[in-house]
Amino acid sequence: MRRDTAVLLLLAVGIAVLPFALPNRYFYDVAILAGINAIVCVGLNLLIGYTGQISLGHAGFFGLGAYASAILTGYGCPAPAAMAAGAVIVGALAALVGRPILRLKGHYLAMATLGMGIIISIVITTEDRVTGGPDGMAVAPFGLLGWSVQGEEAWYWVIGASLVATVALALNLIASPVGRALRAIHGSETAAEVMGVDVARYKRMVFVLSAVLAALAGSLAAHYSGFVSPAKAGFMHSIELVTMVVFGGMASTLGAVVGAVLLTVLPQLLTVLKDYELLMFGALLMGTMILMPRGLLPTLETLWRRARI
Amino acid sequence: MPKTTFRLALAALGIGAALAWSPAGAQQPITIGAFLSVTGPAAFLGDPEQKTLEMYVDEINKKGGVLGRPLKLVSYDDAGDAEKARTFAKRLIEQDKVDLILGGTTTGTTMAVVPLVESAGVPFVSMAGAVVIIEPVKKWVFKTPHTDRMACERIFSDMRERKITKIGMISGAGGFDKSMRQECLNVAKQYSIEIVADESYGAQDNDMTAQLAKIRNVAGVQAVVNPGFGQGPAIVTKNFRQLGMTMPLYQSHGVASKQFIELAGAAAEGVRLPAAALLVAEVLPDSDKQKPVVLGYKKAYEARFKSEVSTFGGHAYDALFIAVDAIKRAGGADKAKVRDAIEATKGYIGTGGVVNMSAKDHMGLDASAFRMLEVKNGSWSIVK
Repeated sequence: MRRDTAVLLLLAVGIAVLPFALPNRYFYDVAILAGINAIVCVGLNLLIGYTGQISLGHAGFFGLGAYASAILTGYGCPAPAAMAAGAVIVGALAALVGRPILRLKGHYLAMATLGMGIIISIVITTEDRVTGGPDGMAVAPFGLLGWSVQGEEAWYWVIGASLVATVALALNLIASPVGRALRAIHGSETAAEVMGVDVARYKRMVFVLSAVLAALAGSLAAHYSGFVSPAKAGFMHSIELVTMVVFGGMASTLGAVVGAVLLTVLPQLLTVLKDYELLMFGALLMGTMILMPRGLLPTLETLWRRARI
Repeated sequence: MPKTTFRLALAALGIGAALAWSPAGAQQPITIGAFLSVTGPAAFLGDPEQKTLEMYVDEINKKGGVLGRPLKLVSYDDAGDAEKARTFAKRLIEQDKVDLILGGTTTGTTMAVVPLVESAGVPFVSMAGAVVIIEPVKKWVFKTPHTDRMACERIFSDMRERKITKIGMISGAGGFDKSMRQECLNVAKQYSIEIVADESYGAQDNDMTAQLAKIRNVAGVQAVVNPGFGQGPAIVTKNFRQLGMTMPLYQSHGVASKQFIELAGAAAEGVRLPAAALLVAEVLPDSDKQKPVVLGYKKAYEARFKSEVSTFGGHAYDALFIAVDAIKRAGGADKAKVRDAIEATKGYIGTGGVVNMSAKDHMGLDASAFRMLEVKNGSWSIVK
């Protein structure tokens, strides 16, 4: 428990002092995008890292959240209500879809979530009267009663606070009896069942939770950038999210944050390589996965502990 | 081993220093920022755009730059992702402090960047197609390609001359297809054309016989229009002939490339479509004002990159030269002055047509920029 408090404090202090190192709004922008990805990844990590269930469709939830905000505020609905509606819709959808597909395991679960994500993305692309189709649509700024969040600096604090809250939620959940049940499911579903864990219910619960977190992050992202496009709900974005979780370190909440931050910042740094950008990016990912199969942060932690002994 | 590392580090430092040093002696460069979809699904648009910009920035610098100042091109690849485009545009404005921005290969990436350039006040010339970019007029935003509405207008005016009033339409599911379909529906009335059948097909479909048969069975259809992009239109053309349909078939400027004729084969004979002069550079009459420009660009591009020229690269050519021309007239790279100069562009002859911009028109092309082409003996010929 004390370790969790330390992790949370470390993160909060990091977010609080980072602006001193951000020279202009472009850097703020990258930090905000990293924060949004981190929120999704912390949620996804509960599902993938702790419970051992893969999802290749989370970008679909992210996109649904974003489009719910975009469409509902377009009809004059206040932004917080639109955001809540998006979260409820996504939560209900995840609960509904989760019931049959979470019975699947391994590759089959991957295929089912993949299909679900692709269906969401196709619906968003084809329903162009509502969603603006493949070209996307504009989103009103996040506001309530004449007061609105605008500018990178303001958004930085909104996203920073949301990230700290999400991490606090995840850490608490994992340390609770529910968290123990989730890890038991990861270890062995049969054993967990024998010990009296309601496997199906817990799996569905964590699936819904991670989907809702993705939807909330999607809403924030839509309001922040003032624009949504179907690419955010697409298959490639799902893969990016899973890569961030795996790269940062499975079953490590801070690892998910580190993965999200690194994989958001890295492509920006690699643009200096021009044509070799993707090559280098791929090589870095492969190198990390071969040398540190458990992900960046858990491996570094083990090394650190060994060095101290 | 540490010695080599040390040497390598020294060498890297040396190269870095040399790079940082060299521009100091010359005049302060004019920085042109670009964000293009060089990879990803729109790569066939973004790649020739990137190549064209690089080629002509080099050439302009070899000739002494603009107003004695060299051009510096800073370009990023947004891979067709609107979110990435927005971040790169922010980077161009805040970090690279560019004097103007070119790019936005697709309508999506362009529209994501519009709010940024509007609030930062940076001249921005887009290379994307849809009308929404310039309608309503946005102070800092311009574009070079023709719009899909103009393509519809060109097709409909050709139909009017052939006394066609009732048509069928079949369109795809992509962004280009949907946008053009909508524009065609919007302007049809002005040409007293009635769209009596309106069918669609999916992006992966490889047989459109059913939709075409449905159109054929609607009474009074005199011609068919296919707003489409990619493989679809070639399949539509083949199915159209297989069904023995003999009425005129119109394709869009989206398939105006040799590849379409190759894919559709003999079925393409007699198909008409609107296209930019660049495609038919060689067969243009010598009296045509655009001939020297399009022929010059085509030859230079094909000699350098050994691949066939496309209208998309032409959009980049026009964007760059409209910008350079405006900088010359503005007497410097001051953003507000360059914007005013771009808006005042008159009689610029580019690959897309003759450009006359105004405060109300930030594209400046008219329907005459499109040539109506017909496929004859496996090649393009100009109608009339």
